[in-house]
Amino acid sequence: MAAINQDNRGLRLIVRYAVLTLIAIIFIFPVLFMVMSSFKPNLQLLRDTSSLRAFLPVGDISLDNYYDAFRRAPIGLFVFNSVLVTGVTVLLSLFFCSLAAFSFVYLNWKGRDLALTIIIATLIIPFETIAIPLLLFVSKLPWIGLEGIEIGWLDSYHVQIIPWIADGLTVFLFVQYFKDLPGELIEACRVEGASWWQIYVKVVMPLSGPVIATAAILKFLVMYNQYLWPLIVVQQETYRPVLVGLQYFFQLNITWGEIMAYLTIVTIPVLAIYLVLQRAFIASIASTGVKG
Amino acid sequence: MANVKLRGIRKSYGKTEVIKGVDIDIKDGEFVVFVGPSGCGKSTLLRMIAGLEDITDGTLEIDGTRVNDLEPSKRGIAMVFQTYAIFPHMTVRENVAFGLTINKMKKAEKDAKVDDAARILQMEHLMDRRPSELSGGQRQRVAIGRAIVRDPKVFLFDEPLSNLDAALRMDMRMEIGKLHQDLGASMIYVTHDQVEAMTLADKIVVLKDGLVMQAGAPMELYHEPANLFVAGFLGAPSMNFLKVTVDEIGGDWVQVSSDALASVKVPNKGRAFTFGQTATLGIRPQYLTAAPDGQGMLNGKVILTERLGSETVVNLAVADGTTLIAAIAEDAVLVPGDDMAWTFDPAVAHAFPEVS
Ligand SMILES: Nc1ncnc2c1ncn2[C@@H]1O[C@H](COP(=O)(O)OP(=O)(O)O)[C@@H](O)[C@H]1O
Ligand SMILES: [Mg+2]
Repeated sequence: MAAINQDNRGLRLIVRYAVLTLIAIIFIFPVLFMVMSSFKPNLQLLRDTSSLRAFLPVGDISLDNYYDAFRRAPIGLFVFNSVLVTGVTVLLSLFFCSLAAFSFVYLNWKGRDLALTIIIATLIIPFETIAIPLLLFVSKLPWIGLEGIEIGWLDSYHVQIIPWIADGLTVFLFVQYFKDLPGELIEACRVEGASWWQIYVKVVMPLSGPVIATAAILKFLVMYNQYLWPLIVVQQETYRPVLVGLQYFFQLNITWGEIMAYLTIVTIPVLAIYLVLQRAFIASIASTGVKG
Repeated sequence: MANVKLRGIRKSYGKTEVIKGVDIDIKDGEFVVFVGPSGCGKSTLLRMIAGLEDITDGTLEIDGTRVNDLEPSKRGIAMVFQTYAIFPHMTVRENVAFGLTINKMKKAEKDAKVDDAARILQMEHLMDRRPSELSGGQRQRVAIGRAIVRDPKVFLFDEPLSNLDAALRMDMRMEIGKLHQDLGASMIYVTHDQVEAMTLADKIVVLKDGLVMQAGAPMELYHEPANLFVAGFLGAPSMNFLKVTVDEIGGDWVQVSSDALASVKVPNKGRAFTFGQTATLGIRPQYLTAAPDGQGMLNGKVILTERLGSETVVNLAVADGTTLIAAIAEDAVLVPGDDMAWTFDPAVAHAFPEVS
């Protein structure tokens, strides 16, 4: 009996690993293809796509594509812009959305449930449907800049940041997480005389590591992958983010190797963030059941 | 230290009333235990005193001041929760000091208070640990420490021992009793465990369905239960109840009998009986003894005996089908199946007009 059970368990383990390996390969190969191709001249790159060589560093390998890519576009500026816009938005979003969630979960106010329902309902509105109204809106908003009050937010960092701070998904993630924190902890704080702000800063947020990591990663991906919005609100190169910058490589002679080199470079910040946050991220998915 | 006064306290959640008009007086330095079955409203009552729940109706006074609308932290209370509610991301020291830190107490003064509490609770060696490195009993101490440092007028405990194992529960129970002696503060303690209530309380408040069934000193409630519920709730093993018929009613006595029981005259403390009604006779297991030949008041067949060491608990089947429990001397030898005669002192039996 025991022996059969053990065999079964071994077999099940093998099957599980086989499936996981297959999935990992499916996800890794495109990345591998991108990185390998970035080292190859255009002709070889296209030829290699018909065989497994596409995933191997073989043939005429060089950094030429990288030199050319840097010559063609201000990559440093684009990466800087994206990292700046993404970083600031993620931080502000974590702050404001968690505060909103805090009030939904812990404070009692009129219309609270309705407000939360509406915020969560916004999740089903595709951005494309509000892009144009939002464009008209932000183009008329005032802003206090270096030269006094200006009208219109176009061509700036803040036009890429502010509309993305509040978002239903982040609020929802925090609401779900806060609801699961033990209520007696909050009550203990109230008995001890902590203000709501102190409860938020000293108790709730320090215990929210996993959900902060999840929300940060999801937001990071959305922000770093911004394309449509910056495309319509930013005309000047100065404020352009990475994906809009990709356009430079589709003008005149298109070189796939350069495109791959560019994409490899802009992928690095994503991998870096993921590596830093992955443990917290996985812990959070395991505990909240939220899929990325 | 302070007295606490509840007058006509009510609590409703929507249309359901869960506390239905409660009056309680807690004297300065008194240890009061709210006891009752699960769901009777003990926690709700305690949380209203703490200020964690709104009071729907009635007046709550602490130290002569109406505090119905005061924030929890302004009421001079400290609370120890059932789940301890200590902060997992802080060390023991930070946990104990939490309220003082929040209120910006000077470091020297704060450290002195925290060290004092640590000494009282014998947890000086734990101060730099995190809660995850503590046992249940140690976490409980941290929660109590956090309450002590604030010098509250009133300590509130909500089932503080229910998450501990039996042995530890007894230790902590004694420690809480000792803490009360040492600090002399008023304490309100909620439990569903009548043993905790009997051992700790200066005064027990027995609750059922949001109403006070009886309040008084433990032995007063034990010897003079006001009703069937209190009689059955306090004491272990719990009181035996026999269904009887009222045969005669005197000034301070009633005479009752049943199929199982010979006619017996028991004291009546001012309860209203009617002739011929069905009533309940209560006899504590400790007072039921094997009768010398020919003097039995009822016959009981031994079904089961349990030796507890200090006493032996015997289950008896009597003529009307009721099972009675007798707690007898530890060395008594009884054989299951024996049909025996039993007796009790009528003076310590209770007659209740209600039938359970
Ligand atoms: N927030 C609430 N909403 C509705 N009903 C509640 C709430 N809290 C407690 N109750 C009800 O009030 C009654 C008393 O609860 P509680 O005070 O927790 O009982 P106990 O502590 O004596 O076990 C229970 O019937 C419970 O279902
Ligand atoms: Mg309770």
